[in-house]
Amino acid sequence: MARRRSFLAELFDFILAHKAWLLAPIILVLVLAGLLIILGGTKAAPFIYTLF
Amino acid sequence: MNILGLSAFYHDSAAALVRDGEILAAAQEERFTRKKHDERFPEHALRYCLETAGLQASDLDAVIFYEKPLLKFERLLETYLAYAPRGLFSFFRAMPPWLQQKLHLPREIDRGLGGGYAGPIYFCTHHEAHAASAFYPSPFGEAAILTMDGVGEWATTSWGTGRGNAIELRGEIRFPHSLGLLYSAFTSYCGFRVNSGEYKLMGLAPYGEPRYAGLIRRHLIDLREDGSFRLDMAYFNYCQGLTMTNRRFHRLFGGPPRRPDSEPTQREMDLAASIQLVTEEAMLNIARHVHRETGLPDLCLAGGVALNCVGNGRILREGPFENIWIQPAAGDAGGALGAALWCWYHQLGNARTPQPRDSQQGSYLGPAFSPAQVRAELGALNAVCETFATEEQLADAIAAALDEGKIVGHFAGRAEFGPRALGHRSLLGDPRRPDMQTRMNTAIKFRESFRPFAPAVLEGRQSDYFDLTAASPYMLLVAPVRADRRGPSAPGEERLSGLARLKALRGDLPAVTHVDHSARVQTVGADRSPRFHAILRAFERRTGCPVLVNTSFNIRGEPVVHTPSEAYRCFMFTDMDVLVVEDCLLRKEAQPPLEGAAAYRRRFGAAD
Repeated sequence: MARRRSFLAELFDFILAHKAWLLAPIILVLVLAGLLIILGGTKAAPFIYTLF
Repeated sequence: MNILGLSAFYHDSAAALVRDGEILAAAQEERFTRKKHDERFPEHALRYCLETAGLQASDLDAVIFYEKPLLKFERLLETYLAYAPRGLFSFFRAMPPWLQQKLHLPREIDRGLGGGYAGPIYFCTHHEAHAASAFYPSPFGEAAILTMDGVGEWATTSWGTGRGNAIELRGEIRFPHSLGLLYSAFTSYCGFRVNSGEYKLMGLAPYGEPRYAGLIRRHLIDLREDGSFRLDMAYFNYCQGLTMTNRRFHRLFGGPPRRPDSEPTQREMDLAASIQLVTEEAMLNIARHVHRETGLPDLCLAGGVALNCVGNGRILREGPFENIWIQPAAGDAGGALGAALWCWYHQLGNARTPQPRDSQQGSYLGPAFSPAQVRAELGALNAVCETFATEEQLADAIAAALDEGKIVGHFAGRAEFGPRALGHRSLLGDPRRPDMQTRMNTAIKFRESFRPFAPAVLEGRQSDYFDLTAASPYMLLVAPVRADRRGPSAPGEERLSGLARLKALRGDLPAVTHVDHSARVQTVGADRSPRFHAILRAFERRTGCPVLVNTSFNIRGEPVVHTPSEAYRCFMFTDMDVLVVEDCLLRKEAQPPLEGAAAYRRRFGAAD
């Protein structure tokens, strides 16, 4: 299978090229929320409360 | 150089293959999967394209997708942000497919190509793909281009020019202001399904009076002198919700949306007439602006709104352009073809020589079946076929059946690319019979009796029956039936309203004359479809009438038939009288019984 650039690299280029600065915090929040959901189902769950 | 164009993941996914600028194959996924408007990755259509060209995935030189996903994602996020916290529910519905699939198109495309392709994957914008599909196959060396649809990334309408091999898009109207979405909002409000019921709304419009047009102009859309328009978003819900319209919209038009299971009333007919009129005005307005700005005599059209053939007919008759060419696959499926052509001409800078007729090849770009395949499929179903010594004898036999009032399913040659059946996957009938429209609607297609049928006419004879001199090979122009072909009005006809108007006799071609004396004309030339041309000629020799009813070979809710066995089942499970598959003619009375009619009708009849 061909080697493609990663999605995050493409997204970074897109934000730079289109000066879409607004996207950066939205993506960050989405990634954090995603991590919370993923981590919430793992052994790391008890530590999540201490983060906020 | 082999370039594959793809469209997918919204609706009407498709694949198209272009070799050195020539269109080798194009097909829509729904035909293979039998799921109408299938939006999934077009793996079957893609396989068909590669097989037709005798290629493996590794032989492809470029793959191009018809949209820029990150730009579209940006539009989605910014729209949700603008409306937050409203739209949260819609946001949570929208995000999973984006995060899982739509943002990872290179991965999806690699997977769809079976990992055999290592070349570049390109992306053009949605409206660049539409513009390319409109201009590059057109017969014009230089032309204005206008694309109008629901929405791509940000653009909902764009215009520009095409010169030689280059396209320059010079202006656009951006989301949420969209002519396509406005039309879809009324489609949904009138109880039809968005993205597929728009034809029904257009067909319903002539039964009504445009009594809401003033209300629409005053409250919903601001049409401006420079051709642009703005919608008042206070009446719509599509940015932040899961419906097209909101309560304020419903209050404005005096009630909730029609329930899909109820019959359309005069109110829906009037609403349809009103939005159709305003849409035509907006289309004409934009076309005039584009003409003023470009000064060019020819216009190319694409985008879903360009399937509004009534509006197209008005642009041709009342607009400033001398000639117009409309991409037959004007919707998103055509984006696959446009993207591939964009890559070859615009991106790679290859020279373009326009063809005098156009290079769309009659839009007969889909799969064909060999006589051996046809015999094998029909043989497996124990079908009883007649064959003829010559094509002319076959055409005469078809014409004779049509003259007797029989409905003939015709399946021959390559399938059409685009939503219209143009004679290769068509149901044909005698347009002179007053009962033909209702019979075909209710006994064959199981669809609403108000829906009109289109005439196919021998090219060159169109002006004998219709106020149309231009060729319309792709059935994308609606023209008035000539006054002397309309026949006298029946006593009291002017007092009829709504569906009662359907019963009034309508001149020489009642089955294809809509209640407003219009018809969506297809002109048939011998060069593009010799078989269909021969049938029309045979019918004319026999009856003096060079016109036939032509509608797509399917029942309600079913994609157009794809294989000979699907054609046979459709033939056996409906009231169709005769089926022609390539050189085989099958008569209903000669066939052995076939099980499964109820299941067949249920499978498709419920979904439309």
